[in-house]
This record gives sequence, C-alpha cells and structure tokens, in this order.
Amino acid sequence: MHTAANLTYRYDGTFAGLLCCVFESYAAHEMPEAIWGPDMPEQSLFEEKEILTDNRHAERVERSIPAKIGNEAEELVRLAFFTTLPDKELTVLRFLRQGYHYGASVLDFAGEDSVHRLREAVKHLLSEAHLLKGFIRFSVQHNVLVTTIGPKNYVLPFLARHFSERYPEEHILIYDETHRMALIYRPYEYGIIPMDAFRAAPPDDEERKFRSLWQTFYDAIEIKPRHNEKCRRNFMPKRYWSYMTEFSRACSKNSVMHV
Amino acid sequence: MDVFEKLRILSDAAKYDAACTSSGVDKKASRGGMGSAAACGICHSFAGDGRCISLLKVLMTNVCVYDCAYCVNRVSHDTLRTAFTPRELADLTMQFYRRNYIEGLFLSSGVMGSADATCERMIETLRILREEYRFAGYIHAKAIPGANQALVARLGLLADRLSVNIEMPSGASLAKLAPDKTKKAILAPMGYMQQRIAESSHDLVRYRHAPRFAPAGQSTQMIIGASPETDYHILKLTAGLYARYDLKRVFFSAYVPVTESPLLPSLETPPPLWREHRLYQADWLLRFYGFTVDEILDEQHPGFHPYMDPKCHWALQHKDFFPLEVNRASFEELLRVPGIGVKSAWRIIKARRACALTWDSLGKIGVVVKRAQYFLLCRGRQRSGIVWERSAVLAALMSARERALYEAQEGEVRQMSLFAGATVPLLTSKERRELQCIQLPI
Repeated sequence: MHTAANLTYRYDGTFAGLLCCVFESYAAHEMPEAIWGPDMPEQSLFEEKEILTDNRHAERVERSIPAKIGNEAEELVRLAFFTTLPDKELTVLRFLRQGYHYGASVLDFAGEDSVHRLREAVKHLLSEAHLLKGFIRFSVQHNVLVTTIGPKNYVLPFLARHFSERYPEEHILIYDETHRMALIYRPYEYGIIPMDAFRAAPPDDEERKFRSLWQTFYDAIEIKPRHNEKCRRNFMPKRYWSYMTEFSRACSKNSVMHV
Repeated sequence: MDVFEKLRILSDAAKYDAACTSSGVDKKASRGGMGSAAACGICHSFAGDGRCISLLKVLMTNVCVYDCAYCVNRVSHDTLRTAFTPRELADLTMQFYRRNYIEGLFLSSGVMGSADATCERMIETLRILREEYRFAGYIHAKAIPGANQALVARLGLLADRLSVNIEMPSGASLAKLAPDKTKKAILAPMGYMQQRIAESSHDLVRYRHAPRFAPAGQSTQMIIGASPETDYHILKLTAGLYARYDLKRVFFSAYVPVTESPLLPSLETPPPLWREHRLYQADWLLRFYGFTVDEILDEQHPGFHPYMDPKCHWALQHKDFFPLEVNRASFEELLRVPGIGVKSAWRIIKARRACALTWDSLGKIGVVVKRAQYFLLCRGRQRSGIVWERSAVLAALMSARERALYEAQEGEVRQMSLFAGATVPLLTSKERRELQCIQLPI
C-alpha cells in the first residue's frame, strides 16, 4: 500500500461519501493522511484528492462491512459518523482496514487504537443522548411541545423514537442549535430537517405556572444537610443547565429564557 | 391552600425516602395515551444534594396518626398539614410529565384516618392517571402497612413498583422508635406482594394479556444511624430480604435528625453519609460480585473499615488469593480484583480470546489500572514501574478524601493508640513484604 505523504481526501460530508473514501483508498492502494469534509478550508500545503460520491461504490462498501467484519462493526461505523470525534473519517478508515484484514475479531483487539477511539466516541454520543432524554424541558406553545438543545453530538436521531413513544398524541419540536437541525413529530410520524433558527414564544400564564411549580418542587426535594455540589455537577454537567427550567428563574417573565 | 403551598409541603415531607429510581420495566404508550418507561431508568434532574430526580416524589398527605420518633410527619410534630385531592395530584403529574420534568410519580402517604382510607385515596389517584388519562409512565407506590389485602392488590395492578419500608433494621428498634408499627404488619404486605409478583410473572408466560402486578418488582428502605444496629447486622438483614422476598432493591437512608428526642441522635449529628455509602458498596458486592455477607463482615468485625471500600479491604485481607493472571483468571475471580467491575470483567474475558492482554490494553478496556496493578499479573508480569511505597499504595487504593481522613486519624493513633481494636491497619511494612513475596520476579 502506498502511503503518500500529505495526501488528503476531501469528501462531501455524507455517510455515502465516507464509504467512497474507503473505496478509493482500496482502489488506489493508498492511505491518506487526513480526510476532510466540505467545511474544512483548503490547505495548499497538502496534495488534495476530491472524492466524488458514487452510490454504487458506497453500496459495495456498505454491503461488505457486515459480510466481512460483522453487524457490530457496521453499527459502530454508523454511530461513529454522528459523533464529535475530530478525525472520525480517518479513524473509521483505519478501523475498516484492520477489520477487512482480521475479520470480526478486530472488535476485541483491546490494544487497537482505532477501535478504542471509535468506541469511546460512540459511548459519548449515546450517553449524551441518554442524558438529554431526561434533561430536555418542553414548553407548551399553542399545544405544541417545543424545546431547544445544544448538544455536542448529533443526537436527534437517537431521541426520535423515545419521544414519539412517550408522547404519541402530541406535536413536538426539538431544535438542536449546535447542528441547526430540528426534530419534528406529529402523530405517528417524525422527520429531522435543517432549520436556521428557532426562538420559542414567551410563556403564557399556564406555562409560567407549571415552570414555577417545578422550581418549587426542585427546591423542596433537596435534603439541605446533604448538599453536594460536586456530585450534582458530576451527574448533570453545567453546560445543560442553561436549557433547564429549574435553573432559569431570573428571566422567567421575558422571552429570552431558554425553553 | 393553593397548589404551590401543597406541593412545597408534601414534597418537603417526602424527600427523606431514598428510592427514586424509575427502572425495571420497558413499555410505551398505546395510541391515545401518554407515557413510556425504560428499563434502564431515566434521571430528569439532580437535586442540590446530588440525588437523582426521576419521579415526582410526594405524599398524598402529611397528616399521620402514627407517632414514629424519627419521622417529620409524626402526629406529635407541630407542622402545617395538608393533603392533595386525587384529581389535583393526577393533573399535576400529567402536566409535569408532559413537559418532560419527570418520569412518573412516586406516591407515599401519611396515614390519614385509617390505613384503608389512605390506601383508597392513593388508588383513586392512580386510577385517574391510568384509566382516565391513559398514563403509561412509571408509578412507584407505597403500600400502607395495615391496609386490607384487596386494596394492596388493586394498588399493585395500577403501579409499576410497590414498596413497603421496613424503617428500622431490627424489631427492637422499631418497637422503640415506632411504637404503633410492628414488624409483622410490615412484613405481611411484603410477603403478599412477593407472592402476587411471582404469580403474575408465571401467568404472563401462559397468557400474554394477563394483568401485570407491580412489573418492576418491590423494594424497601431502612433508616441508618437512628438506631444502634451494626453494619454486619444490617447487611445480614439485607441479604435475608433479598433471599426471602425477592426484592429488587434495598435502600439505605442516612438518618437526618429532624427532631429532638431522647431516643435519637442529637440535632447536630451530621447524617452518616459514609456509612450509607459503604452499605451501598457492600450491597453491590452482594448482588453483582458474588460476595457473601460473611466475607465482607463478621461477628468479630461488625463495622466497615472507615477509610477503605469493602472490596479493597477484602482484597488486602486475602493476599493469598492474589496476584491473579489476567489472561487466565475466571470471571468470578476477576470480579474480586479492586479496579475491575462487572463490565470490565466481561470485556477482559471477551478481549483475551482475540489476543493476550497487556497492561496497556487493560486501561483501554476500562480497568482502573491504578488500583488493579497491585493484584494482577499480565502475561506473568507485574506492571513495570509499580511503586510499593506505603503512601503510593494508599494513594492508589483510597480516594483523596478517604486518604486525608485516614492520615489525620493515623496521626492521632500514633499518639493515643486509639486504633488498638480497629479492624486492620493498612499495609504495615510486614504486610507489604508479604505482598511482594507472592509476586513473581520480573
């Protein structure tokens, strides 16, 4: 295999595009030093290769993963694509190269760096999604449940099923301001669409009443002699607080409050 | 009284109950309903004391005919009394649930009038939720000791989890501190619920739509530190409860002094949080790590080592058991190693099938190498650079806080030899030599 110094791939940022990078790496017998999405600014120092997405190539790679490395590997790669791992594309390529060589047992190579990194990143993704299932606070606005979140990972696909099973008869909007995407649900169907901005309307009287009731409960339930700030922050990192009703009190009367 | 004031009073009165889990059952709303439950449980917030808030934890009422010395709601306590109406509480639950504040309801109650009347009021709340609002979220209800069995049966068909608190770790303490309650009255509903839960899971195998009785099982809780029982006694009782009543969980609640009484610790006594913590650690060892009570504590050593967790403590007392070769030890053996948990033990078993493990890979698997290094060999070798200095070993096996407490105490010991009767001093120079003796030479 030829490892060209400073060879980089540029792809369109889609999962199919990433699979085409894998295809190209094998077809050209080469291993790039980096794989960049469309947002990365051009670096003239590096020899750059534009990888065009070809669905036939993507499908071939897609079929080969479960066949040669197993379903668990396929799931790992799919999930890794949603994570914040900075060089996830290259790590996926390294992992798949190892996988094609060793088969399913690559997942048990405890010392293999790419497996470890992908697993850690996926763990971070899934645990953030799990936390948000609890930490999301809806406001009822014209009988629609609306909320804004600011997750590090792209978690919306992992929240869709949970909330549609929880509120089958409701209309729901979850706006992810980090990725500028929104999860929209109406009885018995959902979709995830790009959305540039979303701001909830000011709360009406009923909404204010229940927010305030929740704050009353939150304060009353603490056992004061057991106060433990570190423990609370450990389980519920501060970056979630600004989106949560129990911590947004001062501005509860005007519209700037997060919902 | 408005609903704000009621909520404040009735959640304030309910907060000393430790259990707030929403785990153990998987379900989703049917069309037209609302609510789901996840077997892993979901925490919606964490209170200032670091405890998970998963359920709307409230009392139906804080009116109570009983006079239990340790309880804020006892009849002789001068406090504001109130009660939710079933409709009020059901509406509040639905509104909180809809906004994703909570995973469900945790309903307990003081005894207003009679046990039966109280139980009926709780049942009515749950009936409104389940039947009128078609609420499929999690409900944990307290069975009221002394209530009619038919009412407990009804409660069990509406709730996901039932519990009845055994309150005190012994019948004697119960008689002293809760003169109106008897051990028998508490254990009777526990036995009945166990039988119904077993029947229900049996029926479900035969009939898919058989009604489910408390599908998330039953739990209980006891107060720690209000009465003189030893850790050994409490742990024995816990193991007995798991075995006899198939409990899902036994919760421990460090006693927070809420009242001045000659029978109880004084108001200035801080809640025994360390003790509660050690009990939970031991509880985990019993349920997931294959330990028995007598391995953790015994008649001669009835209390936990104050500065070291029970698993580490066991390991230091059983040096002949170590070191284990990580590539050959069985799952059960691995579970005994400090720094290896259930998950990492499974991962070791799986990973070593692919290739022999190295010290480097152990860390990636999730083993706390800092702790485990003193008890393991990798491919027959000790970890290189391992330091056997007393202070280094202590730093590795204790948390920073435990160590600070231990060293402060140890300073006193040297002067006053207070430690004469204590369980085990940590790694004396002799023990260190012993530990080193059984290591293979590098």
